[in-house]
Amino acid sequence: MQQQNPLGEIVRQHEADILADWIKEQLERDRSPNTRISLVREAEVRELCKNFLQHFIQGLQSGQTHNLQGPEWSELRNLLSVFSRDRALQGYTPTETASFIYLLKKPLFARIGQTLAKNSDSLYQAIWTTNDLLDGLGLQVMEAFQKGREEVISRQQQEMMELSTPVVKLWDGILALPVIGTLDSARSQAVMESLLQTIMETGSKIAIIDITGVPTVDTLVAQHLMKTVAAARLMGADCIISGIRPQIAQTIVHLAIDLGGISTKATLADAFRLAMQRAGMNIVSQPARA
Amino acid sequence: MNTPNRCVLDIRTETDVVVVRQKVRAVAVDLKFSLVEQTKMITAASELARNVLNYGGGGSVAVEVLIHGTRNGLRLTFEDQGPGIPDIATALKDGFTTGGGLGMGLGGAKRLVNEFEISSRVGEGTRVVITRWK
Amino acid sequence: MEQIPILKMGSILLVSIQVDMHDRLAMQLQNDLTEKIVSSSARGVLIDISSLGMVDSFIGQMLSNIAGMSRILDAETVVVGMQPAVAITLVELGLTLKGVRTALNVEQGMDYLKSFASSQPENFIDEYS
Repeated sequence: MQQQNPLGEIVRQHEADILADWIKEQLERDRSPNTRISLVREAEVRELCKNFLQHFIQGLQSGQTHNLQGPEWSELRNLLSVFSRDRALQGYTPTETASFIYLLKKPLFARIGQTLAKNSDSLYQAIWTTNDLLDGLGLQVMEAFQKGREEVISRQQQEMMELSTPVVKLWDGILALPVIGTLDSARSQAVMESLLQTIMETGSKIAIIDITGVPTVDTLVAQHLMKTVAAARLMGADCIISGIRPQIAQTIVHLAIDLGGISTKATLADAFRLAMQRAGMNIVSQPARA
Repeated sequence: MNTPNRCVLDIRTETDVVVVRQKVRAVAVDLKFSLVEQTKMITAASELARNVLNYGGGGSVAVEVLIHGTRNGLRLTFEDQGPGIPDIATALKDGFTTGGGLGMGLGGAKRLVNEFEISSRVGEGTRVVITRWK
Repeated sequence: MEQIPILKMGSILLVSIQVDMHDRLAMQLQNDLTEKIVSSSARGVLIDISSLGMVDSFIGQMLSNIAGMSRILDAETVVVGMQPAVAITLVELGLTLKGVRTALNVEQGMDYLKSFASSQPENFIDEYS
Protein backbone atom coordinates (compact mmCIF):
# COMPACT_ATOMS: atom_id res chain seq x y z
CA MET A 1 0.00 0.00 0.00
CA GLN A 2 2.80 2.34 0.93
CA GLN A 3 4.37 1.82 -2.46
CA GLN A 4 1.32 2.89 -4.51
CA ASN A 5 0.67 6.41 -3.29
CA PRO A 6 4.19 7.69 -3.86
CA LEU A 7 3.70 6.66 -7.48
CA GLY A 8 0.82 9.09 -7.86
CA GLU A 9 2.97 11.76 -6.27
CA ILE A 10 5.91 11.16 -8.57
CA VAL A 11 3.80 11.38 -11.68
CA ARG A 12 2.07 14.49 -10.38
CA GLN A 13 5.33 16.23 -9.62
CA HIS A 14 6.59 15.62 -13.12
CA GLU A 15 3.22 16.05 -14.79
CA ALA A 16 4.18 19.05 -16.89
CA ASP A 17 7.35 17.46 -18.23
CA ILE A 18 5.75 14.11 -18.93
CA LEU A 19 2.91 15.87 -20.69
CA ALA A 20 5.24 17.90 -22.84
CA ASP A 21 7.29 14.88 -23.91
CA TRP A 22 4.25 12.75 -24.57
CA ILE A 23 2.64 15.39 -26.75
CA LYS A 24 5.90 15.82 -28.61
CA GLU A 25 6.08 12.08 -29.33
CA GLN A 26 2.51 12.06 -30.65
CA LEU A 27 2.92 15.07 -32.91
CA GLU A 28 6.21 13.85 -34.29
CA ARG A 29 4.70 10.50 -35.11
CA ASP A 30 1.93 11.85 -37.24
CA ARG A 31 3.36 14.72 -39.16
CA SER A 32 0.67 16.17 -41.37
CA PRO A 33 1.48 18.08 -44.57
CA ASN A 34 -1.64 20.17 -44.13
CA THR A 35 -0.80 22.95 -41.69
CA ARG A 36 -4.39 23.78 -40.81
CA ILE A 37 -5.21 20.21 -39.87
CA SER A 38 -2.05 19.82 -37.83
CA LEU A 39 -2.87 22.98 -35.84
CA VAL A 40 -6.28 21.62 -35.00
CA ARG A 41 -4.79 18.21 -34.33
CA GLU A 42 -2.17 19.70 -32.06
CA ALA A 43 -4.70 21.56 -29.96
CA GLU A 44 -6.82 18.45 -29.80
CA VAL A 45 -3.89 16.24 -28.80
CA ARG A 46 -2.79 18.65 -26.08
CA GLU A 47 -6.25 18.73 -24.59
CA LEU A 48 -6.60 14.97 -24.78
CA CYS A 49 -3.22 14.24 -23.20
CA LYS A 50 -3.74 16.80 -20.48
CA ASN A 51 -7.09 15.31 -19.49
CA PHE A 52 -5.79 11.78 -19.69
CA LEU A 53 -2.84 12.52 -17.48
CA GLN A 54 -4.97 14.29 -14.89
CA HIS A 55 -7.33 11.37 -14.63
CA PHE A 56 -4.44 8.92 -14.69
CA ILE A 57 -2.86 10.66 -11.71
CA GLN A 58 -6.18 10.67 -9.90
CA GLY A 59 -6.43 6.94 -10.41
CA LEU A 60 -2.88 6.39 -9.16
CA GLN A 61 -3.47 8.51 -6.09
CA SER A 62 -6.51 6.48 -5.13
CA GLY A 63 -4.09 3.67 -4.36
CA GLN A 64 -6.18 1.11 -6.20
CA THR A 65 -4.05 0.02 -9.14
CA HIS A 66 -5.07 -3.59 -9.53
CA ASN A 67 -8.47 -3.29 -11.06
CA LEU A 68 -9.05 -0.92 -13.95
CA GLN A 69 -12.78 -1.67 -13.80
CA GLY A 70 -13.04 -0.10 -10.37
CA PRO A 71 -14.77 3.24 -9.71
CA GLU A 72 -11.42 5.00 -9.24
CA TRP A 73 -10.74 4.58 -12.93
CA SER A 74 -14.19 5.19 -14.34
CA GLU A 75 -13.51 8.75 -15.55
CA LEU A 76 -10.42 7.63 -17.37
CA ARG A 77 -12.32 4.73 -18.91
CA ASN A 78 -15.03 7.07 -20.17
CA LEU A 79 -12.46 9.38 -21.67
CA LEU A 80 -10.77 6.52 -23.49
CA SER A 81 -14.08 5.08 -24.62
CA VAL A 82 -15.10 8.32 -26.32
CA PHE A 83 -11.60 8.80 -27.72
CA SER A 84 -11.38 5.31 -29.27
CA ARG A 85 -14.86 5.44 -30.72
CA ASP A 86 -14.16 8.80 -32.33
CA ARG A 87 -10.94 7.50 -33.82
CA ALA A 88 -12.70 4.42 -35.18
CA LEU A 89 -15.44 6.50 -36.75
CA GLN A 90 -12.86 8.82 -38.27
CA GLY A 91 -11.09 5.92 -39.90
CA TYR A 92 -7.89 5.75 -37.87
CA THR A 93 -6.14 2.37 -37.70
CA PRO A 94 -6.05 0.34 -34.48
CA THR A 95 -2.31 0.94 -34.19
CA GLU A 96 -2.62 4.70 -34.53
CA THR A 97 -5.28 4.69 -31.85
CA ALA A 98 -3.58 2.43 -29.34
CA SER A 99 -0.26 4.25 -29.77
CA PHE A 100 -1.82 7.11 -27.90
CA ILE A 101 -1.36 5.06 -24.73
CA TYR A 102 1.90 3.35 -25.52
CA LEU A 103 3.76 6.52 -26.42
CA LEU A 104 3.27 7.59 -22.81
CA LYS A 105 5.51 4.84 -21.53
CA LYS A 106 8.85 6.37 -22.47
CA PRO A 107 8.38 9.80 -20.84
CA LEU A 108 6.69 8.21 -17.84
CA PHE A 109 9.28 5.55 -17.19
CA ALA A 110 12.07 8.08 -17.70
CA ARG A 111 10.78 10.28 -14.87
CA ILE A 112 10.10 7.31 -12.59
CA GLY A 113 13.58 6.03 -13.31
CA GLN A 114 15.14 9.38 -12.44
CA THR A 115 13.25 9.65 -9.16
CA LEU A 116 13.63 6.12 -7.91
CA ALA A 117 17.10 5.39 -9.29
CA LYS A 118 18.51 4.82 -5.82
CA ASN A 119 16.01 2.14 -4.81
CA SER A 120 15.87 -0.72 -7.28
CA ASP A 121 13.02 -2.51 -5.49
CA SER A 122 10.74 0.52 -5.57
CA LEU A 123 11.82 1.26 -9.11
CA TYR A 124 10.88 -2.23 -10.25
CA GLN A 125 7.50 -2.07 -8.47
CA ALA A 126 6.70 1.33 -9.90
CA ILE A 127 7.61 0.41 -13.48
CA TRP A 128 5.74 -2.87 -13.24
CA THR A 129 2.59 -1.22 -11.84
CA THR A 130 2.48 1.56 -14.40
CA ASN A 131 3.32 -0.78 -17.25
CA ASP A 132 0.51 -3.08 -16.20
CA LEU A 133 -1.91 -0.17 -16.01
CA LEU A 134 -0.95 1.24 -19.38
CA ASP A 135 -1.22 -2.18 -21.04
CA GLY A 136 -4.67 -2.60 -19.52
CA LEU A 137 -5.71 0.84 -20.74
CA GLY A 138 -4.36 -0.01 -24.17
CA LEU A 139 -6.64 -3.03 -24.24
CA GLN A 140 -9.60 -0.87 -23.22
CA VAL A 141 -8.84 1.40 -26.12
CA MET A 142 -8.80 -1.57 -28.48
CA GLU A 143 -12.15 -2.85 -27.21
CA ALA A 144 -13.82 0.52 -27.58
CA PHE A 145 -12.22 0.97 -30.97
CA GLN A 146 -13.66 -2.37 -32.05
CA LYS A 147 -17.12 -1.30 -30.98
CA GLY A 148 -16.74 1.90 -32.95
CA ARG A 149 -15.78 -0.09 -36.02
CA GLU A 150 -18.79 -2.33 -35.61
CA GLU A 151 -20.96 0.77 -35.59
CA VAL A 152 -19.49 1.81 -38.93
CA ILE A 153 -20.10 -1.64 -40.39
CA SER A 154 -23.67 -1.73 -39.18
CA ARG A 155 -24.32 1.69 -40.67
CA GLN A 156 -22.88 0.56 -43.98
CA GLN A 157 -25.03 -2.54 -43.89
CA GLN A 158 -28.04 -0.33 -43.44
CA GLU A 159 -27.06 1.73 -46.44
CA MET A 160 -26.49 -1.39 -48.52
CA MET A 161 -29.89 -2.66 -47.52
CA GLU A 162 -31.49 0.50 -48.78
CA LEU A 163 -29.61 0.28 -52.04
CA SER A 164 -30.45 -3.35 -52.65
CA THR A 165 -34.17 -2.80 -53.14
CA PRO A 166 -34.46 -0.41 -56.05
CA VAL A 167 -37.85 0.63 -57.29
CA VAL A 168 -38.15 0.40 -61.06
CA LYS A 169 -40.51 2.21 -63.41
CA LEU A 170 -42.04 -0.28 -65.83
CA TRP A 171 -44.34 2.13 -67.57
CA ASP A 172 -46.05 5.45 -66.97
CA GLY A 173 -47.76 5.04 -63.66
CA ILE A 174 -46.57 1.46 -63.13
CA LEU A 175 -43.73 0.64 -60.75
CA ALA A 176 -42.04 -2.65 -59.97
CA LEU A 177 -40.25 -3.58 -56.78
CA PRO A 178 -38.23 -6.78 -57.20
CA VAL A 179 -37.48 -7.98 -53.69
CA ILE A 180 -34.44 -10.19 -53.35
CA GLY A 181 -33.40 -11.94 -50.17
CA THR A 182 -34.97 -12.41 -46.79
CA LEU A 183 -37.48 -9.87 -45.60
CA ASP A 184 -36.85 -9.25 -41.93
CA SER A 185 -38.55 -6.54 -39.95
CA ALA A 186 -35.97 -3.85 -40.54
CA ARG A 187 -35.66 -4.59 -44.24
CA SER A 188 -39.41 -4.68 -44.78
CA GLN A 189 -39.70 -1.28 -43.17
CA ALA A 190 -36.99 0.13 -45.42
CA VAL A 191 -38.54 -1.47 -48.51
CA MET A 192 -41.99 -0.16 -47.64
CA GLU A 193 -40.78 3.39 -47.09
CA SER A 194 -38.78 3.37 -50.28
CA LEU A 195 -41.70 2.08 -52.36
CA LEU A 196 -44.22 4.51 -50.92
CA GLN A 197 -41.85 7.42 -51.40
CA THR A 198 -41.36 6.49 -55.05
CA ILE A 199 -45.10 6.07 -55.55
CA MET A 200 -45.57 9.58 -54.23
CA GLU A 201 -42.75 11.10 -56.22
CA THR A 202 -43.69 9.51 -59.55
CA GLY A 203 -47.46 9.61 -59.05
CA SER A 204 -47.62 5.94 -60.00
CA LYS A 205 -50.96 4.34 -59.24
CA ILE A 206 -49.83 0.76 -59.55
CA ALA A 207 -46.89 -0.95 -57.88
CA ILE A 208 -45.96 -4.54 -58.60
CA ILE A 209 -44.14 -6.18 -55.69
CA ASP A 210 -42.31 -9.19 -57.04
CA ILE A 211 -41.25 -11.73 -54.45
CA THR A 212 -39.63 -14.30 -56.73
CA GLY A 213 -36.37 -13.67 -54.90
CA VAL A 214 -37.79 -14.09 -51.40
CA PRO A 215 -36.95 -17.58 -50.13
CA THR A 216 -39.59 -17.94 -47.43
CA VAL A 217 -42.85 -16.25 -46.71
CA ASP A 218 -44.16 -16.71 -43.20
CA THR A 219 -46.89 -14.90 -41.32
CA LEU A 220 -44.59 -12.01 -40.47
CA VAL A 221 -43.44 -11.45 -44.03
CA ALA A 222 -47.04 -11.67 -45.21
CA GLN A 223 -47.99 -9.09 -42.59
CA HIS A 224 -45.30 -6.71 -43.79
CA LEU A 225 -46.46 -7.11 -47.37
CA MET A 226 -50.06 -6.47 -46.42
CA LYS A 227 -49.14 -3.36 -44.45
CA THR A 228 -47.28 -2.06 -47.46
CA VAL A 229 -50.27 -2.63 -49.71
CA ALA A 230 -52.63 -1.06 -47.16
CA ALA A 231 -50.45 2.03 -46.93
CA ALA A 232 -50.23 2.33 -50.72
CA ARG A 233 -54.02 2.12 -50.96
CA LEU A 234 -54.44 4.80 -48.30
CA MET A 235 -52.31 7.05 -50.42
CA GLY A 236 -54.38 6.41 -53.54
CA ALA A 237 -52.38 3.72 -55.30
CA ASP A 238 -52.66 -0.06 -55.42
CA CYS A 239 -50.32 -3.04 -55.44
CA ILE A 240 -50.12 -6.37 -57.19
CA ILE A 241 -47.98 -9.09 -55.69
CA SER A 242 -46.23 -11.33 -58.18
CA GLY A 243 -43.62 -14.05 -58.19
CA ILE A 244 -45.53 -16.38 -55.95
CA ARG A 245 -43.90 -19.75 -56.21
CA PRO A 246 -46.01 -22.89 -55.68
CA GLN A 247 -44.37 -23.58 -52.30
CA ILE A 248 -45.17 -20.07 -51.13
CA ALA A 249 -48.78 -20.44 -52.24
CA GLN A 250 -48.96 -23.61 -50.18
CA THR A 251 -47.41 -21.92 -47.15
CA ILE A 252 -49.90 -19.07 -47.38
CA VAL A 253 -52.82 -21.49 -47.43
CA HIS A 254 -51.39 -23.66 -44.66
CA LEU A 255 -50.79 -20.67 -42.41
CA ALA A 256 -54.30 -19.48 -43.26
CA ILE A 257 -52.96 -16.06 -44.14
CA ASP A 258 -55.77 -13.90 -45.45
CA LEU A 259 -54.45 -11.75 -48.25
CA GLY A 260 -57.62 -9.70 -48.02
CA GLY A 261 -58.34 -8.62 -51.57
CA ILE A 262 -54.78 -8.10 -52.73
CA SER A 263 -54.27 -9.14 -56.34
CA THR A 264 -51.67 -11.79 -56.79
CA LYS A 265 -50.06 -13.22 -59.89
CA ALA A 266 -47.60 -16.03 -60.40
CA THR A 267 -45.30 -14.08 -62.68
CA LEU A 268 -44.18 -10.48 -63.11
CA ALA A 269 -45.34 -10.68 -66.73
CA ASP A 270 -48.88 -11.54 -65.70
CA ALA A 271 -48.83 -8.77 -63.14
CA PHE A 272 -47.65 -6.31 -65.76
CA ARG A 273 -50.46 -7.33 -68.11
CA LEU A 274 -52.98 -6.79 -65.32
CA ALA A 275 -51.45 -3.45 -64.43
CA MET A 276 -51.69 -2.26 -68.03
CA GLN A 277 -55.34 -3.30 -68.13
CA ARG A 278 -56.07 -1.37 -64.97
CA ALA A 279 -54.26 1.63 -66.35
CA GLY A 280 -56.57 1.43 -69.33
CA MET A 281 -53.88 0.46 -71.80
CA ASN A 282 -53.95 -2.12 -74.51
CA ILE A 283 -51.03 -3.86 -76.19
CA VAL A 284 -51.57 -4.26 -79.89
CA SER A 285 -49.85 -6.59 -82.25
CA GLN A 286 -48.22 -4.99 -85.26
CA PRO A 287 -46.09 -6.50 -88.00
CA ALA A 288 -42.48 -6.22 -86.92
CA ARG A 289 -40.37 -3.78 -88.86
CA ALA A 290 -37.34 -5.22 -90.64
CA MET B 1 -39.94 19.96 -12.41
CA ASN B 2 -38.30 21.21 -15.57
CA THR B 3 -34.75 20.07 -16.18
CA PRO B 4 -33.04 20.41 -19.56
CA ASN B 5 -34.03 16.86 -20.48
CA ARG B 6 -37.57 17.00 -19.17
CA CYS B 7 -40.39 19.43 -19.58
CA VAL B 8 -44.03 19.31 -18.54
CA LEU B 9 -46.84 20.68 -20.66
CA ASP B 10 -50.40 21.35 -19.56
CA ILE B 11 -53.24 19.79 -21.47
CA ARG B 12 -56.29 21.89 -20.69
CA THR B 13 -57.49 23.15 -24.05
CA GLU B 14 -57.56 22.05 -27.67
CA THR B 15 -54.73 24.36 -28.59
CA ASP B 16 -52.66 22.62 -25.91
CA VAL B 17 -52.96 19.43 -27.94
CA VAL B 18 -51.42 21.24 -30.90
CA VAL B 19 -48.64 22.56 -28.67
CA VAL B 20 -47.92 19.02 -27.49
CA ARG B 21 -47.68 17.79 -31.08
CA GLN B 22 -45.30 20.58 -31.99
CA LYS B 23 -43.12 19.97 -28.93
CA VAL B 24 -42.93 16.24 -29.61
CA ARG B 25 -42.02 16.94 -33.24
CA ALA B 26 -39.28 19.35 -32.22
CA VAL B 27 -37.74 16.91 -29.75
CA ALA B 28 -38.03 13.97 -32.15
CA VAL B 29 -36.24 15.98 -34.83
CA ASP B 30 -33.49 16.86 -32.34
CA LEU B 31 -33.10 13.20 -31.50
CA LYS B 32 -32.69 12.54 -35.21
CA PHE B 33 -35.72 10.28 -35.49
CA SER B 34 -36.56 9.34 -39.09
CA LEU B 35 -39.64 10.94 -40.62
CA VAL B 36 -41.69 7.80 -40.06
CA GLU B 37 -40.53 7.51 -36.45
CA GLN B 38 -41.41 11.17 -35.86
CA THR B 39 -44.86 10.76 -37.38
CA LYS B 40 -45.61 7.68 -35.31
CA MET B 41 -44.60 9.40 -32.09
CA ILE B 42 -46.48 12.62 -32.86
CA THR B 43 -49.61 10.68 -33.80
CA ALA B 44 -49.47 8.59 -30.63
CA ALA B 45 -48.95 11.78 -28.61
CA SER B 46 -51.91 13.43 -30.29
CA GLU B 47 -54.17 10.47 -29.52
CA LEU B 48 -53.14 10.31 -25.89
CA ALA B 49 -53.25 14.06 -25.37
CA ARG B 50 -56.73 14.09 -26.75
CA ASN B 51 -57.74 11.31 -24.37
CA VAL B 52 -56.44 13.35 -21.46
CA LEU B 53 -58.45 16.33 -22.61
CA ASN B 54 -61.68 14.64 -23.57
CA TYR B 55 -61.89 11.73 -21.15
CA GLY B 56 -59.57 12.75 -18.37
CA GLY B 57 -60.91 16.22 -17.81
CA GLY B 58 -57.53 17.75 -18.54
CA GLY B 59 -54.08 16.91 -17.28
CA SER B 60 -50.47 17.09 -18.36
CA VAL B 61 -47.72 15.42 -20.31
CA ALA B 62 -44.06 15.16 -19.33
CA VAL B 63 -41.73 15.17 -22.33
CA GLU B 64 -38.46 13.48 -21.47
CA VAL B 65 -35.29 12.89 -23.44
CA LEU B 66 -33.59 9.69 -22.40
CA ILE B 67 -29.90 9.09 -22.91
CA HIS B 68 -28.77 5.53 -22.19
CA GLY B 69 -25.22 5.21 -23.34
CA THR B 70 -25.33 5.22 -27.10
CA ARG B 71 -29.12 4.90 -27.24
CA ASN B 72 -31.37 7.93 -27.21
CA GLY B 73 -35.07 7.87 -26.54
CA LEU B 74 -38.16 9.98 -26.11
CA ARG B 75 -40.55 9.28 -23.25
CA LEU B 76 -43.95 10.88 -22.82
CA THR B 77 -45.92 10.52 -19.60
CA PHE B 78 -49.58 11.49 -19.86
CA GLU B 79 -51.44 12.02 -16.62
CA ASP B 80 -54.94 13.02 -15.68
CA GLN B 81 -57.13 12.89 -12.55
CA GLY B 82 -60.21 11.86 -14.48
CA PRO B 83 -62.69 9.02 -14.09
CA GLY B 84 -60.15 6.35 -15.01
CA ILE B 85 -60.60 3.38 -17.32
CA PRO B 86 -62.65 0.55 -15.82
CA ASP B 87 -61.56 -2.15 -18.26
CA ILE B 88 -58.08 -1.54 -19.59
CA ALA B 89 -57.82 -4.91 -21.31
CA THR B 90 -60.82 -4.22 -23.50
CA ALA B 91 -59.75 -0.66 -24.20
CA LEU B 92 -56.44 -1.94 -25.49
CA LYS B 93 -57.93 -4.81 -27.46
CA ASP B 94 -60.30 -2.63 -29.41
CA GLY B 95 -57.40 -1.20 -31.34
CA PHE B 96 -59.25 1.57 -32.97
CA THR B 97 -62.94 2.39 -32.61
CA THR B 98 -64.46 5.10 -34.71
CA GLY B 99 -67.47 5.36 -32.48
CA GLY B 100 -65.71 7.08 -29.61
CA GLY B 101 -65.76 5.72 -26.12
CA LEU B 102 -63.21 5.45 -23.40
CA GLY B 103 -59.65 4.60 -24.29
CA MET B 104 -60.17 5.28 -27.93
CA GLY B 105 -57.01 4.84 -29.89
CA LEU B 106 -55.10 3.22 -27.00
CA GLY B 107 -54.43 -0.06 -28.75
CA GLY B 108 -53.42 1.78 -31.87
CA ALA B 109 -51.12 4.14 -29.99
CA LYS B 110 -49.50 1.12 -28.39
CA ARG B 111 -48.50 -0.20 -31.80
CA LEU B 112 -46.79 3.05 -32.68
CA VAL B 113 -44.26 2.98 -29.87
CA ASN B 114 -41.57 0.69 -28.46
CA GLU B 115 -42.71 0.74 -24.83
CA PHE B 116 -46.21 1.30 -23.50
CA GLU B 117 -47.33 1.37 -19.88
CA ILE B 118 -50.75 2.20 -18.58
CA SER B 119 -52.13 2.45 -15.07
CA SER B 120 -55.58 3.62 -14.19
CA ARG B 121 -57.85 3.64 -11.19
CA VAL B 122 -61.56 4.29 -11.45
CA GLY B 123 -62.34 7.61 -9.85
CA GLU B 124 -58.67 8.56 -9.50
CA GLY B 125 -57.19 9.00 -12.91
CA THR B 126 -55.05 7.53 -15.63
CA ARG B 127 -51.36 7.48 -16.45
CA VAL B 128 -49.95 6.40 -19.79
CA VAL B 129 -46.21 6.23 -20.48
CA ILE B 130 -44.95 5.76 -24.03
CA THR B 131 -41.35 5.50 -25.12
CA ARG B 132 -39.67 5.42 -28.50
CA TRP B 133 -36.01 4.64 -28.93
CA LYS B 134 -33.77 5.79 -31.72
CA MET C 1 -60.86 33.63 -35.97
CA GLU C 2 -58.94 31.06 -37.95
CA GLN C 3 -60.59 29.49 -40.90
CA ILE C 4 -59.36 27.10 -43.52
CA PRO C 5 -60.06 28.64 -46.94
CA ILE C 6 -62.31 26.79 -49.38
CA LEU C 7 -61.82 27.59 -53.04
CA LYS C 8 -64.37 27.04 -55.74
CA MET C 9 -63.32 25.83 -59.18
CA GLY C 10 -66.32 25.20 -61.36
CA SER C 11 -68.42 22.64 -59.58
CA ILE C 12 -65.53 21.46 -57.44
CA LEU C 13 -64.53 22.76 -54.03
CA LEU C 14 -60.84 22.76 -53.17
CA VAL C 15 -59.45 22.70 -49.65
CA SER C 16 -55.77 22.70 -48.81
CA ILE C 17 -55.02 21.88 -45.17
CA GLN C 18 -51.76 23.60 -44.36
CA VAL C 19 -51.92 24.07 -40.62
CA ASP C 20 -51.67 21.88 -37.57
CA MET C 21 -55.40 21.70 -36.83
CA HIS C 22 -56.87 21.68 -33.39
CA ASP C 23 -60.14 19.82 -32.98
CA ARG C 24 -62.35 22.89 -33.13
CA LEU C 25 -60.82 24.01 -36.40
CA ALA C 26 -61.41 20.55 -37.85
CA MET C 27 -65.07 20.67 -36.80
CA GLN C 28 -65.38 24.11 -38.30
CA LEU C 29 -63.98 22.91 -41.60
CA GLN C 30 -66.50 20.10 -41.62
CA ASN C 31 -69.34 22.57 -41.11
CA ASP C 32 -68.03 25.13 -43.57
CA LEU C 33 -67.60 22.53 -46.28
CA THR C 34 -71.06 21.08 -45.82
CA GLU C 35 -72.60 24.54 -46.03
CA LYS C 36 -70.60 25.46 -49.09
CA ILE C 37 -71.43 22.23 -50.92
CA VAL C 38 -75.09 23.14 -50.61
CA SER C 39 -74.71 26.86 -51.31
CA SER C 40 -72.58 26.32 -54.41
CA SER C 41 -74.24 23.10 -55.64
CA ALA C 42 -70.82 21.54 -55.78
CA ARG C 43 -70.46 18.08 -57.32
CA GLY C 44 -66.98 17.40 -56.01
CA VAL C 45 -64.71 18.14 -53.07
CA LEU C 46 -60.94 17.84 -53.23
CA ILE C 47 -59.05 17.94 -49.94
CA ASP C 48 -55.29 18.34 -50.25
CA ILE C 49 -53.45 16.95 -47.21
CA SER C 50 -49.96 17.00 -48.70
CA SER C 51 -48.88 19.48 -46.02
CA LEU C 52 -50.30 17.44 -43.17
CA GLY C 53 -47.51 15.75 -41.29
CA MET C 54 -49.90 13.81 -39.13
CA VAL C 55 -53.36 12.34 -39.33
CA ASP C 56 -54.73 11.02 -36.06
CA SER C 57 -58.08 9.36 -35.32
CA PHE C 58 -59.90 12.68 -34.97
CA ILE C 59 -58.72 14.03 -38.29
CA GLY C 60 -59.36 10.63 -39.83
CA GLN C 61 -62.92 10.79 -38.51
CA MET C 62 -63.29 14.30 -39.89
CA LEU C 63 -62.29 13.10 -43.34
CA SER C 64 -64.70 10.17 -43.14
CA ASN C 65 -67.46 12.52 -42.03
CA ILE C 66 -66.82 14.93 -44.86
CA ALA C 67 -66.86 12.09 -47.38
CA GLY C 68 -70.10 10.73 -45.96
CA MET C 69 -71.88 14.07 -45.74
CA SER C 70 -70.85 15.19 -49.18
CA ARG C 71 -72.09 11.94 -50.65
CA ILE C 72 -75.49 12.55 -49.10
CA LEU C 73 -75.41 15.98 -50.69
CA ASP C 74 -74.64 14.36 -54.03
CA ALA C 75 -71.03 15.41 -54.17
CA GLU C 76 -68.01 13.12 -54.22
CA THR C 77 -64.96 13.75 -52.05
CA VAL C 78 -61.37 12.80 -52.76
CA VAL C 79 -58.45 13.24 -50.37
CA VAL C 80 -55.10 13.76 -52.08
CA GLY C 81 -51.42 13.92 -51.26
CA MET C 82 -51.20 11.72 -48.18
CA GLN C 83 -47.56 11.55 -47.12
CA PRO C 84 -45.96 8.07 -46.98
CA ALA C 85 -45.09 8.47 -43.30
CA VAL C 86 -48.71 9.33 -42.55
CA ALA C 87 -49.97 6.31 -44.52
CA ILE C 88 -47.58 3.99 -42.69
CA THR C 89 -48.67 5.39 -39.34
CA LEU C 90 -52.38 5.08 -40.16
CA VAL C 91 -51.91 1.42 -41.10
CA GLU C 92 -50.11 0.79 -37.83
CA LEU C 93 -52.81 2.68 -35.96
CA GLY C 94 -55.46 0.52 -37.59
CA LEU C 95 -57.28 3.46 -39.18
CA THR C 96 -58.77 2.46 -42.51
CA LEU C 97 -60.48 5.72 -43.54
CA LYS C 98 -63.38 3.68 -44.86
CA GLY C 99 -65.51 5.49 -47.36
CA VAL C 100 -62.79 8.00 -48.15
CA ARG C 101 -61.54 8.01 -51.69
CA THR C 102 -57.87 8.93 -52.05
CA ALA C 103 -55.58 9.95 -54.89
CA LEU C 104 -51.86 10.54 -55.06
CA ASN C 105 -51.98 14.18 -56.08
CA VAL C 106 -54.26 17.03 -57.11
CA GLU C 107 -54.11 16.10 -60.80
CA GLN C 108 -55.21 12.50 -60.22
CA GLY C 109 -57.80 13.69 -57.73
CA MET C 110 -59.32 16.05 -60.29
CA ASP C 111 -59.30 13.28 -62.92
CA TYR C 112 -61.22 11.09 -60.56
CA LEU C 113 -63.80 13.78 -59.72
CA LYS C 114 -64.33 14.60 -63.39
CA SER C 115 -64.80 10.97 -64.36
CA PHE C 116 -67.15 10.53 -61.43
CA ALA C 117 -69.26 13.54 -62.40
CA SER C 118 -69.55 12.44 -66.03
CA SER C 119 -70.54 8.91 -65.06
CA GLN C 120 -73.50 10.07 -63.01
CA PRO C 121 -76.84 9.82 -64.86
CA GLU C 122 -78.89 13.00 -64.95
CA ASN C 123 -81.42 13.15 -62.17
CA PHE C 124 -84.52 12.83 -64.28
CA ILE C 125 -86.95 11.94 -61.55
CA ASP C 126 -89.04 15.02 -61.10
CA GLU C 127 -91.81 14.39 -58.64
CA TYR C 128 -93.55 17.64 -59.31
CA SER C 129 -93.74 17.66 -63.06
